[in-house]
Amino acid sequence: MTNPPGASGRLAKRAVLRARLGRAQELVIEAVIRLCGVSAVVFVFAIFFFVLREALPLLFGGLDLGQFFGSMEWYPDSLSNRRYGALALILGTLAVTGLAMVFAIPLGLGAAIPISEFSRGRTKEALKIVVELLAAIPSVVWGFIGLMILNPVIIDLFDAPIGLTVLNGAILLALMSVPIMVSIGEDALKAVPDTYREAAEAMGATRWQVVRRVLLPAARNGLLAAVLLGVGRAVGETMAVLMATGHAVTIPTGPLDSVRTITATIAAELGETARGSDHYRVLFVLGTLLFAITFVVNLTADLVIRGFRRR
Amino acid sequence: MTRRILALVVAALGIACACGRRDEAARPMIQNKGSDTMVNLAQAWAEEYREVDPDVAIAVTGGGSGTGIASIINGTVDVANASREIKPEEKEAARKSTGKDVVEHVVAFDALAIYVHAANPIPSISRGQLACVYAETGGCTKWTDLGVEVPGCSKQKIVRVGRQNNSGTYAYFREWVLGTRQDFKLGSLDMQGSKDVVDVVERTPCAIGYSGMGYRTPGVRVACVAGEEGDPCVEPTAETAATGKYPISRGLYMYTLGEPTGAVARFLAWVRSDAGQASVARLGYAPLPPERRTAPERRTGAP
Repeated sequence: MTNPPGASGRLAKRAVLRARLGRAQELVIEAVIRLCGVSAVVFVFAIFFFVLREALPLLFGGLDLGQFFGSMEWYPDSLSNRRYGALALILGTLAVTGLAMVFAIPLGLGAAIPISEFSRGRTKEALKIVVELLAAIPSVVWGFIGLMILNPVIIDLFDAPIGLTVLNGAILLALMSVPIMVSIGEDALKAVPDTYREAAEAMGATRWQVVRRVLLPAARNGLLAAVLLGVGRAVGETMAVLMATGHAVTIPTGPLDSVRTITATIAAELGETARGSDHYRVLFVLGTLLFAITFVVNLTADLVIRGFRRR
Repeated sequence: MTRRILALVVAALGIACACGRRDEAARPMIQNKGSDTMVNLAQAWAEEYREVDPDVAIAVTGGGSGTGIASIINGTVDVANASREIKPEEKEAARKSTGKDVVEHVVAFDALAIYVHAANPIPSISRGQLACVYAETGGCTKWTDLGVEVPGCSKQKIVRVGRQNNSGTYAYFREWVLGTRQDFKLGSLDMQGSKDVVDVVERTPCAIGYSGMGYRTPGVRVACVAGEEGDPCVEPTAETAATGKYPISRGLYMYTLGEPTGAVARFLAWVRSDAGQASVARLGYAPLPPERRTAPERRTGAP
């Protein structure tokens, strides 16, 4: 049997067409992916721009920055004497985040080590899934736990006047930022080449010595990045701290004081302020400040991770 | 095929437009604007009234009592909500601009109860004592300053529970306790909702809080409130709130231009009926006492 004269020509033509189509498809996909990548940058800048735009008229038009950073008197709606002192809000955010990290770092990195190094197969998978489940609990549920369960527990346990405190918020935030620390911490440990472990074991090191002397130093940057991303998560959290910290404008002197965070203030007050009023604008100034804090934390994390890749 | 779908879509749109237009023409729209304190209540009424009279649509907006009254002066709304009485000069302005008298309808009462923990033995609390606890310059920080000892309260420290600063309850309580010249002491727990205040007080022996009297639960005590030191104290009930005997209570009003007629009159009658007053209690306000519900009670705007 011989092919009819036109058949091979047709086949060749079809192949050429398919190749061209493939190339076109490739170009389209490439463009779409590039657009996705660029869009993230555009979104971040757009968000920053819009937040700043609402804040600027007050920032350069009458906001007393000395009072803003130096006074705890937050009276945005006083009838006689308006004051915008955000010191207590800033310190409140730092106190809750700081104490949360005291709990979360040992817990998170402590969980990353056994999951990465001491468990295999099913146990490992099960542990990872359970830890990631923690991340799936909505923050309003955490807040509810703080308000309803932790509040009376803290009152009884510490003989405190009130259980809606820095401690309460910090416990919730710690549990909320542990999953991200475990995931990234585990990745960092996994990235240490097996040859390191083998070499250490060949020298007669116990497993604990391998972890402490070899793995932790080798994965240092990755673990630090895990911690910083956890910090970013904690600083930005709103609903849980709004419900659990008492939402009281005070400068915290200990873990049993009620505080108010920047995020909670914005969430509680923005909804009903008159658009364009000073109160409205000062909340956007707080937003800008919050953006700056998380930006610095994330940038540091990024630079640290980059350092860890280069090595 | 495509053409047929297109035709169908066009036809559907045409029908939708026609229906929408006919509906709008047939349904009277009641514009209702004003008090933020009342906005939840007004919205609940608007929603429930849809079942009572599906032919009437009610559009509710907040903005504050002043905004509502300004709109009635300009004649741009049918019903204005206010959590204060209209001032004589506002009545005059309305008469000048619209030629009609403003008519007042009492629709409910707003009474704030002072909540304390069930174990708190305080017999009564006066406005002066509340100012001492809540004012920026007030010096009462311990329950012993008020002459009581609260069992289970660590160091007898008073834990002040309040509302976030854009709530109508916050503004009303501040006005009643402190007037317009003073502010609250910082460091109170500012809750997001009326119910949250009561929840926290219920679980905290040291706490004191203010919230609508409708949010009372069996787990908290409601303090007896005296207007001034030495006055006999009054328990908040629907009756004492309505008569004004209970000191932290005020009327909630709806204002119309002239005697209401047609759909607006029917709506206001329903609001003041048992059915309308049921939502008042559910949302934490004090309903009209039964004997004031059926009788039409209006005061015309002659100053």
